[in-house]
Amino acid sequence: MSLAFKKETFRDDYTYQNSAEAIRRFPFPFAEDSYMYSVNIEPHTKGPVGAVTEFAFDIDEHYVAECEDKAKTLALDAGRYQALPHMAEAQWDFLELTMESLSNDYPELFSLKKDGLLWTWENKPLGIKNTFTFGDSASFDMDPMEYMGRQVQGDFVLLDQRNGTLYADAGFITSQADWSLAFDVGMAWHEWHGPVPQVTKLGVMDRALKFLMALQLGAPVRRLNWTMTINPRLDTSPENYPLWGGDRNKVTIDNVGELVHLRVELQSLFRLPRSNAILFSIRCYLISMNELTTSARWAKRFHRVLKSLHPDLVEYKGLTKFKDLTVQWLSKKDDGAEVALGTHP
Amino acid sequence: MSTFKVVVSNIQQITPLIKQFSFIREDGASFPPFSGGSHVVVAMNINGRLHRNPYSLMGSPQAPDAYHIAVRLQEHSRGGSAYLHHEVKVGSQLEITYPNNLFALDKRARKHLLVAGGIGITPFMSQIDDLIRTKANYELHYAYRSQDHAAFTSALKEKCAERVHVYVESEGLSIDLKALLSKQPLGTHVYVCGPNAMVVALIETARSLGWPENHIHSEQFLAPPSGEPFKVKLAKSNIEVHVPAEMSMLEAIEAAGVDAPYSCRGGACGRCELEVIRTDGVLVHQDHYLSEADKAAGKKIMPCVSRAKCQSLEINL
Repeated sequence: MSLAFKKETFRDDYTYQNSAEAIRRFPFPFAEDSYMYSVNIEPHTKGPVGAVTEFAFDIDEHYVAECEDKAKTLALDAGRYQALPHMAEAQWDFLELTMESLSNDYPELFSLKKDGLLWTWENKPLGIKNTFTFGDSASFDMDPMEYMGRQVQGDFVLLDQRNGTLYADAGFITSQADWSLAFDVGMAWHEWHGPVPQVTKLGVMDRALKFLMALQLGAPVRRLNWTMTINPRLDTSPENYPLWGGDRNKVTIDNVGELVHLRVELQSLFRLPRSNAILFSIRCYLISMNELTTSARWAKRFHRVLKSLHPDLVEYKGLTKFKDLTVQWLSKKDDGAEVALGTHP
Repeated sequence: MSTFKVVVSNIQQITPLIKQFSFIREDGASFPPFSGGSHVVVAMNINGRLHRNPYSLMGSPQAPDAYHIAVRLQEHSRGGSAYLHHEVKVGSQLEITYPNNLFALDKRARKHLLVAGGIGITPFMSQIDDLIRTKANYELHYAYRSQDHAAFTSALKEKCAERVHVYVESEGLSIDLKALLSKQPLGTHVYVCGPNAMVVALIETARSLGWPENHIHSEQFLAPPSGEPFKVKLAKSNIEVHVPAEMSMLEAIEAAGVDAPYSCRGGACGRCELEVIRTDGVLVHQDHYLSEADKAAGKKIMPCVSRAKCQSLEINL
């Protein structure tokens, strides 16, 4: 696969757009006409060629621009990367997993050469080349997690397993849907999921935790989660709420198509070998309503999902200000015909 | 469950009752590193019946050229340890799961106190490598019956120097748990693996001295105990399965062709938990996973080691 990396922005003038190919492979999360939380976890196995699930970590046309955006976010707020001291080993696990995956899956873009513990990593799209000693923090001028967190699309959390639960004890978070690493770091599973509505009643979080505690080495899993964002903005953090929160008041029936975006997270979880920690990878995909509705199926389905969405979820996902306008805009693209099950375009 | 097909590359008789087996991958690739305290589940086809036993991984977790397990020949072996000791040779082919860790070190501990009895030394053999590599503060207290059973003493003394303390029962030495546990600094975590009586005694001593519950770690894999035969009805599959005296409920369910979840198969991990719909008798809980309250409530059962004394038992599977 040869990738043409786009010059685009995720802030200020928001020039981000999807090519026809990127739209076609967009991970649309709705297989049916309604949505409610469930334990929708499946094995993270190799998907079809060209799909976002083809490889462990998906690199796409937005790679370079997204990494530039990460660097900007981090320069403005160094607290977007945090790691508690006992996560040092998990950081090396993370570095190894991402370097191995990228160099195996995209050999024309990344290479990893090993001479015992002396490793040389080359990242061609970003023009990075470094030689270091694996496991030796003195051979690196930054933490292993920050180093690779800057070079892989998406956000990353390292979870430590102890006391019968999971703790979010390290993270690299620059494209989050309104949650804060600074607030959540060190928290246990049920603490950071506390605000999620409806799930306690459904027992979803208890079951998901039990499942993840038994996550096996060599058997990663994945799920899709979603929300909506105004403008193609990656950094929708509570810390920067003044920069993006107000945009939700700018939506009118005439600009829904370009302003309103569906934001889908491909979340994958890997048991890490040396540390027994779990890597939680959150890969964000953004698509405008104009782009989404180039698929007649998606237009009808998303209209129905949004229209029937539980009020608690509308509130929690922060859609209140623009949901009705979006439903109204989408209704013009829904003739009411039955849409077969499935997420394909 | 992800698995490796392996070949036995080496067998060492460590003591009259303990053999160490080394495995390499059939495809020649290297094994992934693992974390200290991990185990693998070894699958063995014994006279047409599938046995799966968990064994701790020994040796260096960082860049393992081979995986190593130590197996004690059990007096009342249902087949697993006897099969490994008597039938398995260098060159034999087996299947093992990826490493899984139910006995992980708590990396925030100020000090790690390791207490081993007999073959219970095995998970510590890999943990010690991790502790030495990360320059952690630790002590190992290792008790065994007699010099005949001094499985890994010389290797441990070489590795751990003054940090290892050995207690040979036949020489009148035993671990004074109360003395040991009462002199530890705050922030110490204790890890115990060994015979049931020792594990129970350590946990009770630690609790009575006011140790926080989450600073006490133990691992015991149970061999599925035999018992009276009984019948179990699988509600979703709509079949009835006969569980013979010598088979575990999980094995009987699998033999009937029904996929049931499992991981350690030794009553420790909780993965195989099943929901009890109804029974006209008593559940015989033998696992270390369910809380006393759960055991009393009778709504859950761990089919890898637990049984029932009843005419009928119905399970949501």
